[in-house]
Amino acid sequence: MINQSDNVMKLSSINRRMFILGVAKVIILGGIISRLFFLQVKENKKYLTLSDKNRIREWKLPPIRGSFQDYFGNTIAGNFEAYQLHLIPEEVENFRYTINRIKNILGLSENQFQKILKKKKEIKSWETLIVANNLTWENFSKINNNLYDLNGVKPVISISRSYPFKENYTHILGYVSQANKEDVLLNETIKEKFVQGLKVGKIGLEKTFENDLIGSNSIERYEVNAYGRRISQLAFQKGDQGKMIKLTVDTEIQKLANELLYEKAGSICVMDIFTGHVIAMHSSPSFDPNKFVFGISEDDWQLIRNNPMKPLVNKSLSGNYSPGSTIKPIVALSALENEIVSTKFTVNCRGHKNPLELYGQTYHCWKKEGHGFVNLKEAMKQSCDTYFYEVSRRLGVDRLSETAKKFGLGKKVFGDLFDIEKNGLIPSTTWKKNALGRGWLLGETIITGIGQGYIQTTPIQLCLMTAQIANGGHKIYPKIILNSNDIDDDKFMPVVKNKKNIKLIQDAMFSSTNEIRGTSYRSRIEDPKYQFAGKTGTAQVKKITERDRELDLETSEIPYEERDHALYIAFGPYKSPRYAVSILVEHGGSGSTVAAPIAKKLFKKIVDRHEIRKNFETKKYLNI
Amino acid sequence: MYLHNRLNNKSNNFFQKIRDLDFVLLISILSLGFISFATMYSTDGGQLLFHTKSHFVKFIIFTILMLIISFFNIRLWFSFSYVFYLVVILMLIWTINFGVTASGSQRWINLYFINIQPSELMKIFIILCLAKYFHRKRLENVNSFYSIIVSTIIIFLPMSLVIIQPDLGTSILISISGILVMWFAGLNHKYFFYSFLMSLLSFPFIISFLKPYQKLRVLTFLNPDRDPLGAGYQIIQSKIAVGSGGLFGKGFLKGTQSYLEFLPEKHTDFIFTLFSEEFGFIGSVLLLLLYAIIIYRVIKIGAISRSYFAKLFCYSYGASLFVYIIINMSMVLGLLPIVGSPLPIMSYGGSSMLATMIGFGIVMSAKIHSKQSIA
Repeated sequence: MINQSDNVMKLSSINRRMFILGVAKVIILGGIISRLFFLQVKENKKYLTLSDKNRIREWKLPPIRGSFQDYFGNTIAGNFEAYQLHLIPEEVENFRYTINRIKNILGLSENQFQKILKKKKEIKSWETLIVANNLTWENFSKINNNLYDLNGVKPVISISRSYPFKENYTHILGYVSQANKEDVLLNETIKEKFVQGLKVGKIGLEKTFENDLIGSNSIERYEVNAYGRRISQLAFQKGDQGKMIKLTVDTEIQKLANELLYEKAGSICVMDIFTGHVIAMHSSPSFDPNKFVFGISEDDWQLIRNNPMKPLVNKSLSGNYSPGSTIKPIVALSALENEIVSTKFTVNCRGHKNPLELYGQTYHCWKKEGHGFVNLKEAMKQSCDTYFYEVSRRLGVDRLSETAKKFGLGKKVFGDLFDIEKNGLIPSTTWKKNALGRGWLLGETIITGIGQGYIQTTPIQLCLMTAQIANGGHKIYPKIILNSNDIDDDKFMPVVKNKKNIKLIQDAMFSSTNEIRGTSYRSRIEDPKYQFAGKTGTAQVKKITERDRELDLETSEIPYEERDHALYIAFGPYKSPRYAVSILVEHGGSGSTVAAPIAKKLFKKIVDRHEIRKNFETKKYLNI
Repeated sequence: MYLHNRLNNKSNNFFQKIRDLDFVLLISILSLGFISFATMYSTDGGQLLFHTKSHFVKFIIFTILMLIISFFNIRLWFSFSYVFYLVVILMLIWTINFGVTASGSQRWINLYFINIQPSELMKIFIILCLAKYFHRKRLENVNSFYSIIVSTIIIFLPMSLVIIQPDLGTSILISISGILVMWFAGLNHKYFFYSFLMSLLSFPFIISFLKPYQKLRVLTFLNPDRDPLGAGYQIIQSKIAVGSGGLFGKGFLKGTQSYLEFLPEKHTDFIFTLFSEEFGFIGSVLLLLLYAIIIYRVIKIGAISRSYFAKLFCYSYGASLFVYIIINMSMVLGLLPIVGSPLPIMSYGGSSMLATMIGFGIVMSAKIHSKQSIA
């Protein structure tokens, strides 16, 4: 059928085409091989890196936070081992059963239980589910005893923040809690070290020194598969604990301050008048910072938030109060410095029945019957308002504010250390013009002389002021971080022109406490070892009306919100002063009955502790 | 001797047939089977799991089938060519109505003991069918209007049946196989040139007919980094696997890309990436060399075959194998968009292996009966 010649033609055609295709095949094969060469040999490094990036993943672990120590090396914020319960859902045979079993063992509430179930849904089945993050030892042992029945459940001991002195240091240290989005955004270091469960300082020194305290993450390097599941651990790189920070505070005194202000709202500050070391700084009421570490419960939070005594406010630093009579030493000093008055200058005080009338206004002394003719010392001793009205009238607000500022008022004591610290306010004519746009009134000068009106100070400022009076009028820079090296050139430079003036003020304060008719005479200590000098203050919260004066109510009869703040500033021991103290009791009533007695108890302790502190300083303490 | 054989080809006994087997081809296929078995073992993470066992069993069965096919006279395959073609066409139609659906396309027929993919079988039977068709044609008739229309229909019928499954990759491979036969049969070059021009011109038109996922594949091919975790993931991970293999590879069972499950479709279309990652450039070139030997042997058998049918079949089959391999490799090396095309023998998949082995069987039959002429 098939023609022979056609067959030959067909064969030659097919063979020719086969040859063409053969050549094409060789070329294409060459192309494929060159592509392989390009990928596998030339670009090998790039793809190897990509492959490693694929398979190796690093896990950061929360770093171990640096601790805080008090002056004597006691840990006041440290790390403790928290008993936790971890569970990896896919390793649990019967999740429902196991979780119900745990619920029964730990006695979890329905609410907590639902939270755990919700958390489980959010994570991948091979990720760790933290069932409980801070178990009691009792519950932890219960779990351990029942482990035979709880497949896949892991009791874990993890490291977490603890504040062994609970509410004592809350306002100095602040507290740590779970880092949130805002923390990560605002702080580069936190962003860099962020891991699930990282706790960061939310307030106080914990926040200020976040970058020092945080430490560095331990890093686990794992080989992972395409779904992110860990296959094997390749390396473990241990991180460093954060820096330890030593404070100047004395826990014993801090604790006493807390006890003295028990169920009161107020503040106690104690300062070394030479070194500026803050020995104690307490704001009451306080709260237990440990509650915040694992997230505070809603009930506890509401309790703290709605407390009328405002535990969340650090009254020592951010409480702006009228200083009341505690400003009088500065008024007197300023008058002496500016040679407005001499020690012999007297004013006749006729009590608030016969008030002083100036520029059409009446100004009352606190004492009904009046003090009669008083000189500077007597006026300070008995806290005669009439005398200080007259002195401040003569002095003028600008000269007063100049002196007050030299003594640390109207300015943050710790600078940037605490972001909640307030400036207070020392008014002057220019200040009023700038801030309120109105001229200064003379009447305002007069009430500023007894620490009312615009003037506002924080308790720590009053403490610094007292310290500078006590050390003979020398500039000091308070500090709470022990080893912070300050480079203040004017440290310990005199801030007064005449040393005699300071001595006069110190004497006046001494007589106020230790001489009969002194406002804090009842709170004196006669033993010269503990003897201290002070000045009371009673800051009005609202203007006293004529009706109030007639009623002359006891403190307990006035509504809490309207009661006066009780203040007291003091230094001691008198024969060789070393410590200054400021005490404030919010709505406590009068300074002499409420605040001064606190100082009495405080000074005993302070002086006793001084011996130990001095010995500790010279390391004798360690050699015994 | 030759004369003797020619005259007594019917009396070829069984042992003679065994002696006439192409041992180079057989050994190459067996080596390829061994390599594919080892690679499959690696995809299972170094364990004898389902894929490995199943692949091994299929390879053994289909090798035996190949030998059985090769002992039948090539004339038998010649005479049944059209029948086979029609049977597979019927199977394709059956698939459309009663096929088993998996991952969005209806490709399989459930034969109770095995699921078979007729489109894979069509790759081989279209060559068989067209080879028979052109065997009878005179060279001058090859370019006649009538024969062009008939052969085009022979190609278009299965192609369209496969494309509606939908399975673009296989239908392209079927048509390429068909076109290769037409080319070897001596179809004028100008037709290829014109149709190439036509397809270029109609390219934008075709694009609009593509399904969204197919368009995405084309776009991804042009720029894999546009969606590295989505559409571009396969090709990026595939390139990483191949590239990280280096000159000598990461070692057997040590391919991290596959072991850690970064490679998609590592059992089937992307098996070469795993092989390449573990055995490197050297291994890959050796594998290509093995394929080249196989193709060379297939073409060689075609060259020594007396019958035009056998010659046409062997040449076309060799060329098709080459195209399958090149398309698969280009795909995994990022030179072509991703279309479903398995690597012959290496890839997991019974139908593909069955088709390939039937092809080898017919080629071997052509070798054993190379002196056989077909009327």
